[in-house]
Amino acid sequence: MVNRLLVGAHYGLKDWIIQRATAILMAVYTVLFLVVVVIVGPDSFDAWRGVFAHGFMKFATFLFFLSVFYHAWIGVRDIWMDYIKPDGLRLLLMIATVAVLVGYAGWAVQILWRM
Amino acid sequence: MAEMVIKKKRPKNLDLPTIRLPLPGILSILHRISGISIFLLLPFLLWLLQGSLSSPEAFAVVKGILGHPLVKVVALGLVWFYMHHFCAGIRYLFLDLHKGVDLESARLSSKVVFVVSIALTLIVGAKVLW
Repeated sequence: MVNRLLVGAHYGLKDWIIQRATAILMAVYTVLFLVVVVIVGPDSFDAWRGVFAHGFMKFATFLFFLSVFYHAWIGVRDIWMDYIKPDGLRLLLMIATVAVLVGYAGWAVQILWRM
Repeated sequence: MAEMVIKKKRPKNLDLPTIRLPLPGILSILHRISGISIFLLLPFLLWLLQGSLSSPEAFAVVKGILGHPLVKVVALGLVWFYMHHFCAGIRYLFLDLHKGVDLESARLSSKVVFVVSIALTLIVGAKVLW
């Protein structure tokens, strides 16, 4: 008979993997972005906008943002679980964290596709 | 059985000011502090990106904000947080693969993380901020 104290069906493995997968995506984008900045040297509005006008750059940047938001959810949730002991307050902070991150995702779409 | 193991009383020392944290420990807590800091600054960063991409006037405003000496110092700190989180994160990925888990390698790789992240911060600071 299985008798474990931990709750939930996946025991955090899914989040553990997503945290690392998003980390790798963000690391690759960071290198890509730095290379683009070094090559293009976007010091004017038109050059800077030109960097994000390219379809692939929009896609990569959006993927980066989604990775940041999901990665942030796992990391910030861990922090709430480590330091915030009252259940109600912890739940409130988790809901607030998800709420702002989902909002940021919508904002990121707006920034990239309505610029 | 598992319950007994988990509930076993272990000695606990949480007297933070008297604990001399080794370098991998400092790296670890900075990983957490840099992460939560970047999370808290996300709306400001998105706002800056939005401004910089929306119009030449807004671009000039963003450039003006980033031109302020105090903002430059904060931005440099944020770049360091990002680079630290980036480098320390790569180190953790290697540790996940059981690479460099012995004490000597772990200490050495922490030093490498600090040196590389600070060097990258200075390069970005020199090229972009100043």
